[in-house]
Amino acid sequence: MTDRSPEIDPHSQVETTGHEWDGIKELNNPLPRWWLFIFWGTIVVAIIYWVLMPAWPAPPGMQGNTLGVLGQSDRATVAAEVSETAKMRAELASRLSAVDASAILQDHDLSQLALGLGESAFGDNCATCHGAGGRGAKGYPRLADDIWLWGGTLTDIETTIRHGIRSDDPDARMTDMPAFGRDEFLTSAEIKDMVEFVTAISGRKANLAAVDRARPIFQTNCASCHGVDARGDRAQGAPNLTDAEWLYGGDRDTLQATIFGARRGVMPAWTTRFDPATIRALAVYVHSLGGGE
Amino acid sequence: MAAAFSRERIDVSTFAVGFLMLVVLILSFSGVANAADHAFRAHAFIFLLASAIGLAGLLGWHELSERQPRFDKTFYEESIVKAGIAATMFWGIAGFLVGLIIALQLTFPTLFYFPELGWTNFGRLRPLHTSAVIFAFGGNALIATSFYVVQRTCRTRLAGGMWPWFVFWGYQLFIVIAATGYLMGVTQSKEYAEPEWYADIWLTIVWVTYLAVFVATILRRKEPHIYVANWFYLAFIVTIALLHVVNSLSIPINLAGSRSVSVFSGVQSALIQWWYGHNAVGFFLTAGFLAIMYYFIPKRIERPVWSYRLSIVHFWSLIFIYIWAGPHHLHYTALPQWAQTLGMTFSIMLWMPSWGGMINGLMTLSGAWDKLRTDPVVRMLVVSVAFYGMATFEGPVMSVREVNALSHYTDWGIGHVHSGALGWVGFVTFGALYCMTQWVWKRDRLYSNALVEWHFWIATIGIVLYITSMWVSGIMEGLMWRAYNEFGFLEYSFIETVSAKHISYIIRALGGGLYLTGALIMVYNLVRTARGDVPAGERRRSGATPAIQPAE
Repeated sequence: MTDRSPEIDPHSQVETTGHEWDGIKELNNPLPRWWLFIFWGTIVVAIIYWVLMPAWPAPPGMQGNTLGVLGQSDRATVAAEVSETAKMRAELASRLSAVDASAILQDHDLSQLALGLGESAFGDNCATCHGAGGRGAKGYPRLADDIWLWGGTLTDIETTIRHGIRSDDPDARMTDMPAFGRDEFLTSAEIKDMVEFVTAISGRKANLAAVDRARPIFQTNCASCHGVDARGDRAQGAPNLTDAEWLYGGDRDTLQATIFGARRGVMPAWTTRFDPATIRALAVYVHSLGGGE
Repeated sequence: MAAAFSRERIDVSTFAVGFLMLVVLILSFSGVANAADHAFRAHAFIFLLASAIGLAGLLGWHELSERQPRFDKTFYEESIVKAGIAATMFWGIAGFLVGLIIALQLTFPTLFYFPELGWTNFGRLRPLHTSAVIFAFGGNALIATSFYVVQRTCRTRLAGGMWPWFVFWGYQLFIVIAATGYLMGVTQSKEYAEPEWYADIWLTIVWVTYLAVFVATILRRKEPHIYVANWFYLAFIVTIALLHVVNSLSIPINLAGSRSVSVFSGVQSALIQWWYGHNAVGFFLTAGFLAIMYYFIPKRIERPVWSYRLSIVHFWSLIFIYIWAGPHHLHYTALPQWAQTLGMTFSIMLWMPSWGGMINGLMTLSGAWDKLRTDPVVRMLVVSVAFYGMATFEGPVMSVREVNALSHYTDWGIGHVHSGALGWVGFVTFGALYCMTQWVWKRDRLYSNALVEWHFWIATIGIVLYITSMWVSGIMEGLMWRAYNEFGFLEYSFIETVSAKHISYIIRALGGGLYLTGALIMVYNLVRTARGDVPAGERRRSGATPAIQPAE
């Protein structure tokens, strides 16, 4: 049998239990005092916590749970904190959505509130596409410069945020450039010429023969939106083609793709997501990024 | 001896396993034919293939073993332990590698982003990593060590004939089904319990068989008492069966489809999930690996376990208290506050029961502290216990609601998990692998102790880099999330908190890379040891291979 009588371990002078498995024996050391002390301590802490805080459900047949002598409740605390913050901002927030947009910029307190709220809302909602600080990305306009597709006044910006662009909002900003190639308005030779034309008017070297061939085509097909001088039209969201700023890119391949298939960037309408004060604050924030008019 | 060599025409356990394989073969054939979606067809095909290979293997084994005694009770079952060591190494490397890949995905999201290859997405690879390290690496380590330990501490051959092999291969099949499922997007969206209903049913069959094999082996032990390691193994196997079955209860939408609906909903579903999730940590990653610790530390250093009484008290207090602590994963959620209170207070009371294992592990070294210097395997085992102590102190601290308000959802949680996973679970497994490889292949020593030193230091530095970088980034992002400006608006947008963690993420990936490097060194060392590039051990020279000592 391996169930031997206890022996004394020569190193520690502690008795073994007399058990042995595969050569492993056990010493019969008592529980460490400090271990036991802390264990009891944590139990006491737990009991005190149960007395102070909501802790145990009611026995079967009864409702609710022990509420704790402190009467603390997470839900009540959160509700109180939210209403306190709302109260703190109530006066300014109501003025924010009530006053004329341009008046906000004159009022220091009001514009500070708008910038704080606007920056916070922008970071978690708009920066996903427009980039941190509104730096923009391919297909998503840069908001930190003074080039605006639909206008850069506070009212213009607010309208865009409220209703979106090509969104499902009935008042959305809604224009479409035709897909000149895919829908066969222009031949591929004509599109090639048009690429040279747009390259030329934005101040770069291009094939002049192609530019001459494209000029009348531009006037009949493009000028109604982009303007006779190709400087764009904010009423229709048509970009200026003569500057160096491109939403999708100004190289020949990208221009070719844009003219062939058109672009149809969408921005959602935010009225369903934000209250009027937040939308106004966003407008003030975007306006402040560098290009507000 | 004649009785031991008596030949039965057909071994009962082999026949039963074969019959089960045949049922699986027929069911999976019907699954392939009637599959409602591609993922289910692929999985039915894997089941079909596996059961066909299994049947062929059984037939071949039956023919080959005609002239040899089957499941000779005078010998330990060693080959399943060898297979388990190989599987643990394989899945460990796979799991660490996927972990490194997803760490790099988080660090350089544009570099490791292949939108045309959906299966490389972080959302698919993340459960692949967690399941590979917890269930494939950890699970195989537990199965292999439990089969090794239970035989020796009960002084009897593993019970069940062919059934232990069914457990081993059935478990590998579950891993393959789970892993391929994640890559194909098959998930029931429960963390650490992602596999769908048919994989869950298969795991239940395998796991109950595991329990039966383990209990049957204990029942036919030749020792009067059950060793402490076996208590922990048993608690682990029983509780995991319970947790797995309850949390995975779901109704398949189609019996030939890979989608199901959980029977729980809302906050009940969340609470069941974290009752499962927390006790997967408690019983899989704590109780199971404490069993490893309780055998391999005293065995390796040849000293008695420090306190029998402590092992009893901390065992019962650990398993009683752990099962209540799950709600601390749901602080400040829809879970009623009283349940959060209980989750937190039981987690605090869990501190000392957890530390009981650490004390017993460390104090067992008294009288043999010099082995920390002379045997790097002992050092690995002891450092694992130190990490265990650190993680089981950090856990109760993080369960306090006020601390959790800062730490929850941040990288601090990731760091905490990895101090337990890399430091405790990983190191104690490495230590056990070094011991078992040397012992089951009967080698005098490992191929190279110097390589164990290298493994130890590279992996330790990797863990330290991992944990510290996650503390920094976790506390930083927690503070950024709760920063408000003077009007009560959030100071930082979410993306700002993400980009602020970039440096920490680079350091974390570096730590993970070091850990993987260390594990690769171990695999090389173990393969060389197993192949016999070291002097053979005494037991081999004396010819008394794995024979069981006769009862006195």
